[in-house]
Amino acid sequence: MIEPIISIRGLRKIFRVGQVNVEALRGVDLDVPVGEFLSVVGPSGSGKSTLFHIVGALTPPTSGTVHIAGKDLSSLSDSDRTKLRQTTVGFVFQKFNLLPTLTAHGNIAIARSLAGGSVNRTAADETEFAKILDLLGISHRLHHKPNALSGGEQQRVALARALVNKPAILLADEPTGNLDSKNSDAVLHLLRDVNRRLGQTILMITHNPEAAAFGDRTVLMRDGQIAE
Amino acid sequence: MVENVRHRPMPTLLSVFLIGVPVTLILILVGLSDGLINDSKRRANGVGADVIVRPPNSNIMSFSGSTIPEQLVPKLAAYPHVVMATGTVNQSAGGLFETVTGIDYASFEKMSGGFDFVEGHGFRAPDDLIVDRYYADQKRWHAGTRVRLINRDWNLVGVVQPGKLSHIFVEIGVLQELYGASHMLSVVYLKVDDERNIKPLIARLNQTLNGYPVFSMKDFISLTSVNNVPALNTFISVIIGIAVLIAFAVVCLSMYMAVLQRTREIGILKAIGASKSFVLRTILAEAFLMGVGGTVLGILLSFGSRWVLQKFVPSSLPQAIVVGWWARAGLIALGAALLGALYPGLSAARQDPIKSLSYD
Repeated sequence: MIEPIISIRGLRKIFRVGQVNVEALRGVDLDVPVGEFLSVVGPSGSGKSTLFHIVGALTPPTSGTVHIAGKDLSSLSDSDRTKLRQTTVGFVFQKFNLLPTLTAHGNIAIARSLAGGSVNRTAADETEFAKILDLLGISHRLHHKPNALSGGEQQRVALARALVNKPAILLADEPTGNLDSKNSDAVLHLLRDVNRRLGQTILMITHNPEAAAFGDRTVLMRDGQIAE
Repeated sequence: MVENVRHRPMPTLLSVFLIGVPVTLILILVGLSDGLINDSKRRANGVGADVIVRPPNSNIMSFSGSTIPEQLVPKLAAYPHVVMATGTVNQSAGGLFETVTGIDYASFEKMSGGFDFVEGHGFRAPDDLIVDRYYADQKRWHAGTRVRLINRDWNLVGVVQPGKLSHIFVEIGVLQELYGASHMLSVVYLKVDDERNIKPLIARLNQTLNGYPVFSMKDFISLTSVNNVPALNTFISVIIGIAVLIAFAVVCLSMYMAVLQRTREIGILKAIGASKSFVLRTILAEAFLMGVGGTVLGILLSFGSRWVLQKFVPSSLPQAIVVGWWARAGLIALGAALLGALYPGLSAARQDPIKSLSYD
């Protein structure tokens, strides 16, 4: 059996809020095979964002194990987690989160440069990325700053930035949450295209069942656990 | 990073300006010290003397006060190899760095080679006054007018080219009377027949004149330096200290505000893989740019201040442009700017990406 690209066992996360401990994740087990488009749904406070942050190496787990592409996140130092974010994980956020001072091209280039620049990139990589830009339909908007782009365009730039370093997994947190239905539809189709054409593993968090339906599989989170 | 600077031009320009001001302050202070010293050296050179005799217990850079008895002049003139001796009296004219010098016109003119008159002529009456061109320009005075100085009226009879001992000259006897120091002198200048006889003469004078400091003019001029002006170096150090503090505080505050404003952007950078050192370097690089900008502005402003001083007070405050201090002032500004950016930079580097991303 092929080893899953994301493998989570007994994952717990406890936050200290003032004098109180809040248990955001209470023993999550989850496997995501390579090339799967997984949707994670659940109400607010169900722990899906915390799961997103831990899988994205933005915060360490309190206990349990999380393996991403063979690396155990619970044993990684802060700088190891930074390296993982550079190369192994790509993020797409609800609020696009583009750097407002840079053009679309600059936003993509900085992600590439943080991962080590274009040193290890082959001509084939460049061609493939040009195809992704075409697929996303933003080739002609690359020299505009985010404030000159529509929400849909900004999210497509964010998608290009997330894919530029060929990450093992693409994490999308409510990627359509700030978009109208037309643009939501376009972004979801793009995510599915990226998944189908490039075999990109995607973990998408959403509270919208229609959006979740674009995935290969949907898991429901409730009270810090996978409910089904 | 350049984009960050362009993104918030006003705070950046304000920081650059506020770093530039202390840099200017340092450069003006150093320029004034240098300018004043060079001016006083040039004027001392213009006397044409070989040996200077000063009052007992006098400071090298202080000329005021008259404690040498006038009878000493003929005695000194009688020494072997001394071809000429003339005494002068210096009194503060009240203004900043303004000194009135009383001269024996005939002997001073003989020793110095004579004044080069731009306007008017030499002394003809006791209340005649001569000033150099710098002082005349500063006061907008012209020969032939009645002027007021040290609480009395004078006939300004001549304006001369600068570079001869003082900016303001009156008859020695008049100045002695005015300050109640009849027949007393501040300095005696000697001219020697041959350069080779200067050293032996000084040795002899040191033996016979009790307590009077005697220098060759060459040595005396070389002793005229910033280091010999009492407390000037300390004053410059204090100004540098203040400059460092201002630049430090300005950059610290500006970068702290910038980090707060960019909390979300820092979170984005960290999410896409920016390391702590990358974030810190970005902040420091921006502070470095501000420091460079402040230095360049400070240098330009020091040229501006020189223009203003030359225009309005060329005699009192001659400001030199001391190129050798550009790098030093720049390093001081950059050091302070980087130091000021360190705390905001470190706090940015330590930001939790999740909290930063949820910051609005």
